[in-house]
Amino acid sequence: MAIGLHKSEIKNPVLRWVDERLPIFTMLHKEYGTFPTPRNFNYFWNFGALAMINLLIMIATGVFLAMHYTPHTAYAFDSVERIMRDVNYGWLIRYVHMNGASMFFIVVYIHIFRGLYYGSYKAPRELLWMLGVVIFLLMMATAFMGYVLPWGQMSFWGATVITNLFSAFPIIGDDIVTLLWGGFSVDNPTLNRFFSLHYLLPFVIVGVVFLHVAALHVTGSNNPLGIEPKGPQDTIPFHPYYTIKDTVGIVVYLMVFAFLVFFMPNYLGHPDNYIPANPLSTPAHIVPEWYFLPFYAILRAVPDKLGGVVLMFGSILIWFFLPWLDTSKVRSMRFRPIARVALLLWVIAFFVLMYCGSKPAEQPYVLISQIATAYYFAYFLVILPALGKLEKPLPLPESISRAVLGEKALGGGPLPASAAAMPMEKA
Amino acid sequence: MTRILTALGLLAGLTLASTPALAAGEARPPRDGHFSFAHIFGTFDRAAAQRGFQVYKEVCAACHSMRLLSFRNLLEIGLSEQQVRAIAASVEVTDGPNEEGQMFQRPGRLSDRFPSPFPNEQAARAANNGAYPPDLSVIIKARHNGANYVYSLLTGYQDPPPGVQLGDGMHYNPYFPGGQIAMASVLNEGQVEFADGTPATVDQMARDVVTFLAWAAEPETEQRRRMGIRVMIFLAVAGVLAYGVKRRVWAELKTKPA
Repeated sequence: MAIGLHKSEIKNPVLRWVDERLPIFTMLHKEYGTFPTPRNFNYFWNFGALAMINLLIMIATGVFLAMHYTPHTAYAFDSVERIMRDVNYGWLIRYVHMNGASMFFIVVYIHIFRGLYYGSYKAPRELLWMLGVVIFLLMMATAFMGYVLPWGQMSFWGATVITNLFSAFPIIGDDIVTLLWGGFSVDNPTLNRFFSLHYLLPFVIVGVVFLHVAALHVTGSNNPLGIEPKGPQDTIPFHPYYTIKDTVGIVVYLMVFAFLVFFMPNYLGHPDNYIPANPLSTPAHIVPEWYFLPFYAILRAVPDKLGGVVLMFGSILIWFFLPWLDTSKVRSMRFRPIARVALLLWVIAFFVLMYCGSKPAEQPYVLISQIATAYYFAYFLVILPALGKLEKPLPLPESISRAVLGEKALGGGPLPASAAAMPMEKA
Repeated sequence: MTRILTALGLLAGLTLASTPALAAGEARPPRDGHFSFAHIFGTFDRAAAQRGFQVYKEVCAACHSMRLLSFRNLLEIGLSEQQVRAIAASVEVTDGPNEEGQMFQRPGRLSDRFPSPFPNEQAARAANNGAYPPDLSVIIKARHNGANYVYSLLTGYQDPPPGVQLGDGMHYNPYFPGGQIAMASVLNEGQVEFADGTPATVDQMARDVVTFLAWAAEPETEQRRRMGIRVMIFLAVAGVLAYGVKRRVWAELKTKPA
């Protein structure tokens, strides 16, 4: 064996030849084959894999849509309808892409909730969590720009309202808006740059997802108990246990997805977006897509424009500081009776904001939004920092295996070959 | 955790269910027309769609374009090729330029789009008291509860209740946001003569034209639903298999200590 070649354990000679020069198969085996994973994941741990699949679906369908789409104000709407009518299975590709955006946000919101509930943001996974927040911000930008592309009424007016937000910033605000628009109103240059960026950003997301997964494979996964694995008895290899468990989740996810695409493809959209954009006619109520509604409600809860913008962006940027705002040492809400209730109230506040965001900016919705917004921020800025000191957590289990198997964990006996063969890593 | 999940699912469902109810303005909620295509496995009634096309052509097309449709699309609602060729040929289409550089008129072909009644929006407004009759290609998916809405609108004209002052040239229709609509009541008993002998009541014509418009807005509907059923069956089987395998693979972990 020549010096400098990787010592590969791959048997197949062709794969081995590659692996000795570029050990991707060894890496795949290590990271997705034998990777030691806590044995007690519940189905909430499917959602990372689901988000990954969803991203790939969006990119695949998006590439095909871009082959038929025309980014010009005079043709965009018609080119989308041409995809729906004349492109072979164009309706399928577009409805998958369109509902795929909603599915992506459903999946990612559940993924984020999983992180909040089981304390996955806490040391040593702070950076992993922060990379996730970056992905979410990129997703929001991508989704927003994608929604503009069909150039319907909501595309146009949504773009006008959201880009105008930047004008609230003092001094540089107006210049930012001009830069976003590529002119002095939302027009063809805006559509062109949004299309370009909408094609670019998903690949940036792929890059950050790679970092997110890389960071995960350094710290290892959190788990529903929120305690670290203490030895090989607490973990199982990723394959076959979690590959098959993820497969179950993927099929269920695809069923929900397919039901939307095939039976109610326009349910989550707004009918006004099937009216071609008209700069001279403002829709009665301008509402963003459902996944932006909570943040839209926060924006409108504040009477001051700059204040609203700051709170809206702040409502997500605050997630970056969450690992330090939550002062409790206990990760999983299972053992935090008060924080658990506080988090569930926070989730309710999130849905209340979503509801208010879909309503016109009038009473009582504004007042309700203000209360929900106040709680949204209080959870991070007051409740979590204080509970770390005040709350008395329930006793934590001794170990994962003890919690899963009870007394049997100490009973000895023969080990399953797959689990025993798994190398122990720093957990 | 299951309880929390259920609660969250319920909350999400409630929130989403309430979302599409927005932006309706103050209009009366549409009546349910009980259309054949309304439920999730429904199909378009071909005879109704063909009659609806006749209503569109003889009544609506005087003001409303359907610029996204081509004559060839009419084959999908069961008209024969001869019928559609004859319909297309009844229209004069500007083509060109020819070898001398001149534009010329020719009879329409299957590949031609439906002709628009007005050359541009300004002309349409000038002819309609300032109002712009919208293009009807996707009107059913461009309105909340589109099919029932258009059906209710077409059959819902009435005299204004006392106290309502109508604008100049406006008409009262409680299903239209605001109640005042520029379009006059256009459907009158016996206005068209259906070849299949169906009596042309206002309700019948409204139902038929809505069926036609619903097909025009989403011509892929039937194919989409058929494919959807096959996909769901496939996924259901795949799901059962995947879950079975999962149980099997995990069984050893459940019974033996690690």
